[in-house]
Amino acid sequence: MTTPVEVLDIPTRPSAWARFKDTHLFHSFTRDKVAMVSFGLFVLYALAALFAPLIAPYNPYDPASIDIMNSELPPIWQEGADPAFLLGTDAQGRDMLSTMLYGTRISLMIGICAVMLQMFLGVLIGLSAGYFGGRVDSFLMRMADIQLSFSTMMVAIVVLAVFQAAFGAELYADLAIFMLILVIGIAEWPQYARTVRASVLAEKHKEYVDAARVMGFGSGRIMWRHILPNTLSPLLVISTVQVANAIISEASLSFLGLGMPVSQPSLGSLISSGFEYIFSGAWWITVLPGIVLVVLVLVMNLLGDWLRDVLNPKLYKG
Amino acid sequence: MIAFVVRRLFQAVIVMFVISLLSFSIQDNLGDPLRELVGQSVSEEERQALRDELGLNDPFLTQYLRFVGNALEGDLGTSYFFKEPALDVILNKLPATLELVFGATLIIILLSVPLGVYSAINPRSWFSKTVMGMSIVGISIPVFLTAIMAIYLFSVELNWLPSYGRGETVPVFGSWETGFLTKDGLLHLLLPCASLASIMLPLFIRLIRSEMMEVLESEYVKYAWAKGLSPLRIWFLHALKNTMLPVITVGGVQIGTMVAYTILTETVFQWPGMGFLFLEAVNRVDTPLIVAYLIVVGAIFVITNTLVDLIYGLVNPTVKLAGKKS
Repeated sequence: MTTPVEVLDIPTRPSAWARFKDTHLFHSFTRDKVAMVSFGLFVLYALAALFAPLIAPYNPYDPASIDIMNSELPPIWQEGADPAFLLGTDAQGRDMLSTMLYGTRISLMIGICAVMLQMFLGVLIGLSAGYFGGRVDSFLMRMADIQLSFSTMMVAIVVLAVFQAAFGAELYADLAIFMLILVIGIAEWPQYARTVRASVLAEKHKEYVDAARVMGFGSGRIMWRHILPNTLSPLLVISTVQVANAIISEASLSFLGLGMPVSQPSLGSLISSGFEYIFSGAWWITVLPGIVLVVLVLVMNLLGDWLRDVLNPKLYKG
Repeated sequence: MIAFVVRRLFQAVIVMFVISLLSFSIQDNLGDPLRELVGQSVSEEERQALRDELGLNDPFLTQYLRFVGNALEGDLGTSYFFKEPALDVILNKLPATLELVFGATLIIILLSVPLGVYSAINPRSWFSKTVMGMSIVGISIPVFLTAIMAIYLFSVELNWLPSYGRGETVPVFGSWETGFLTKDGLLHLLLPCASLASIMLPLFIRLIRSEMMEVLESEYVKYAWAKGLSPLRIWFLHALKNTMLPVITVGGVQIGTMVAYTILTETVFQWPGMGFLFLEAVNRVDTPLIVAYLIVVGAIFVITNTLVDLIYGLVNPTVKLAGKKS
């Protein structure tokens, strides 16, 4: 059953890029400078995160490469800098450039994994709520309302705080990355569930769904293979913004000491570790990762805004 | 309408029940109250006797009912660290947090309405574009980073404003100490309130702008123009009213978010409020205090959300009252 479909697919592959080049999405992309710059920066971030171990001049996780004598060196354009450390060093003597590269890697990874979890839960719940309707729908949407009425930050802070108090700080530090993904992933599912549900409600009375039902396909197949592909563009729009939000949440939690430990810092914990040195004039430990974080989030938000403008004709006039 | 109110209140009670259940299981599993009471130097038999006496060996349901009974009487246990009733400790810190939220809300309302309305009326002017550009930058900066940058700029470099604490406060209504009535207190409020507002302000500007633009396109506004009403009357009387409906709903949800962000703001500014207290309690594994915070904040969330829904139901006659025809 599946083999002929794949055989048919192969000849159309080479033209996928050509077809993409002809879409509304691509055309508005080439005309929008902000979108192009944002996308370029995002690719840069993604590459930096992916190849951090290759690019970074030092390995910040390796205690042997750290010398406490090198601590709090300023970036190279300031007086008293060491040319070996391009952007200076933090309070423990780690090279700022390397720690920031590794930090971006961790922040992006947590952001993307958390959003994938959100999407999985949200799509599953939203599809069932929209498709089955009735009791299931009203129960699931009530749950979503209640979950949304408690802000993500609040839920995340409380859950992580309780876990940290229960596990003790050391064990918690090892589990932090999974806890962050889980908590941020679970707390935000209603965003996806609501969007998917709304699209499903709009789609489910269309003729192609009736046709599929008449052909005797099961609900599961209709939901995944027929309706879901038609809800993808709103999903794409919220996903970019959700990744940005997840990165902010992660940074905030790490700042409170509930996230990544200083030994394995994300951008948030780097900012946090530099905070106490800001009063003594060592601004770069906080400000540099701060700029990296803000630019990353800003780029994601700009891309999300642009996607919303392009893919959602209702808001197109704005 | 009454069915709607009852339904909404019922939901509030259910949510409070879930919160109490969660809080109780935290209290049950986190830390050992016995060790906090008697320390290490007591024999195992004495411990067991004491456990029986305190009711720690009772079945879960009995313990839970006792917990709820005590909680309804305002007894949420005694803080291990402060050796005072946990609820009192929390409520003593409540004014500081509420003043922070109040100040930030004031900034948000005073700025977001005029800016949002202006950029909806003149979407193509350079000022509106600047506002929209600033707002997307604002959304992208986490609140703690705004706070740190504000401290670095105004306290460390320029030395204009204080960087931590509440400054001089004066008592009003008994134990409520306010910073709003002294110059020093106001100066201390400025940076924390502005930082807290910075995360919500862009959101509201964008929301008011997009809602207002939609309303300005609607038939009744066109009719008002056709009637020859003055622009000010149309914008601020006819259009703004309907713009504010969704803003109320979002506002209600955001008050909760704001309480969460007070934890961040209070940490950066060492503001002696509930959020700062909560983080200290977590570090000390002061379970009764953690539980008391959860219950108080949970109650704040539930009350504001219920009130906002009810107000929304009152001001918007078209709201869907479930269980009613059309």
